Amino acid sequence: MKALVWHGKEDIRCDTVTDPEIEHERDAIIKVTSCAICGSDLHLFHNYIPAMMPGDIMGHESMGEVVEVGAGVDGKLKKGDRIVVPFTIICGECDQCKRGNFSVCETTNRNKPLADKVFGHATAGLFGYTHLTGGYPGGQAEYLRVPYADATHIKVPDSLSDEQALFLSDILPTGWQAAVQCDIEPTDTVAIWGCGPIGQMSIRSAILLGAKQVIAIDRIPERLSMAEAGGAITINFDDESVVERLQELTDGKGPEKCIDAVGFESHVSMGQPDTLLDRAKQMMMLESDRPHVLREIIYVCRPGGIISIPGVYGGLADKIPMGPLMNKGLTIRTGQTHVNRWTDDLLHLIESGQIDPSFVITHSVPLERGPDMYRVFRDKQDSCIKVVLKP
Amino acid sequence: MFHFSNLVRSKGDPKLVRTGHSSLTSADRLARGLGWFSIALGTVELFAPRRVTRALGMEGRETLVRAYGMREIAAGMMTLSPDKKAGLYGRIAGDGLDIVTLLAELRFGNPRYGSVMAALIMVGGITVLDTIAAQDVALQHDPKRGRRRSYSERSGFPKGLAAVRGAARPRSQLQSGAAPQPVPAGVS
Repeated sequence: MKALVWHGKEDIRCDTVTDPEIEHERDAIIKVTSCAICGSDLHLFHNYIPAMMPGDIMGHESMGEVVEVGAGVDGKLKKGDRIVVPFTIICGECDQCKRGNFSVCETTNRNKPLADKVFGHATAGLFGYTHLTGGYPGGQAEYLRVPYADATHIKVPDSLSDEQALFLSDILPTGWQAAVQCDIEPTDTVAIWGCGPIGQMSIRSAILLGAKQVIAIDRIPERLSMAEAGGAITINFDDESVVERLQELTDGKGPEKCIDAVGFESHVSMGQPDTLLDRAKQMMMLESDRPHVLREIIYVCRPGGIISIPGVYGGLADKIPMGPLMNKGLTIRTGQTHVNRWTDDLLHLIESGQIDPSFVITHSVPLERGPDMYRVFRDKQDSCIKVVLKP
Repeated sequence: MFHFSNLVRSKGDPKLVRTGHSSLTSADRLARGLGWFSIALGTVELFAPRRVTRALGMEGRETLVRAYGMREIAAGMMTLSPDKKAGLYGRIAGDGLDIVTLLAELRFGNPRYGSVMAALIMVGGITVLDTIAAQDVALQHDPKRGRRRSYSERSGFPKGLAAVRGAARPRSQLQSGAAPQPVPAGVS
């Protein structure tokens, strides 16, 4: 079959690989009908997250049709079922899964000893996201083996198209969880840094959850135009001071709730000297993450406020302003997304027509064009915000 | 390399059979070559400066050569990173410094006159390659490539923004307008 395979920094290839096979009785195999490139795939593209190996298949946003099931799937899936595959692989039985903390499932990370050493405790297995999270082949391929398939799936009603359902795999629940973690009240201003796909979903989620005012911060005009369409007031940080504008929009008090949908690859600019220092340190391997956005959020967030971090951080970040964080009494909530915790709510919102996540798709291309689309997406060419691949 | 990684994959995981089209452009590959060259040259300059000064008849300037070595390594690392454009421009500026330094040594009294001339020609050639790579990288990774579109019609709310604002607000808030309870740490 064809698959998008990691070969090294900025080197993704559309390769021929053998078809996946059922390995355990709880496995299923799907024929992928749609998959997407995620912003966090770019961290792997740039080789910023360790433990990738040449030959690893990329992708953690996939859906398709079940073509084979293991004996232990126990009637929960059958051939022909149409499913979305959550990016977190879950067993559904461990203590964390029972608490709804699916992204820290204690069972599914098959490289647990390695992950324990790096993170202290292993997180769940993830598709196509390094050997620290199990080294599972990803879904940017014609076929995908889904481990623990009896628990790791979302059945898709026939009434929904692939484009409407696909983002239940990651970006919609991630944006939703980011907003839910903010405990949004009707009087709240929610400021969201980053208008990529996660930022766009966070904006819509904050609107649905009833925020009084949503402010979106980015520098790419087309992303800002999409944010504005979703109900946000926009700040282009190339044109104006984020701090000053936020103060102006909140009567000098700062936003109560802040969402960091950027993560560890903050934009580097001459106007923000800390970003230059971070970049230099990152290049010399003295720091793995560039946390400019987090610093800015801690500075502007209203005392007593909540900071929600759906953006990916990979390792070590320097110069985090702990003084303001502590003295302002800020709460930080973060984590990989507990996808299945939110599935019912989000499926209901989509089916009832309250949200249609397909709005974010700007490019839909055959899988073979994947390597080029990684570049187009990374370079933000052709007004690219979200790429869907059709195997 | 992937042949080795195939060996450690589990039974049911796909193994690589044949590689195909890559995301790397020709400019990326040239930049990568120049980045590694920069690091190799910088390492020689940093750790064996006397060999360089002896070859060019500029004994006594080892400290300068070491400094140039550090510059080469820094530019090389940047050229190998996603910020390769900055790295290549850094290399072009460095080439300029190298040319000025070599021109100063291009005097008839220098017993290594021929070596200096050869080095100058080599640096000139490398400068041309650096310039080509910088221009191609800038062009191929230019965010202005492709169509510019506005997405001002893409709300994502089929029923309209006004109809859905607050539609998913927790029930406690809808009933009383009261502050919501904290999100429970369990399944919603």
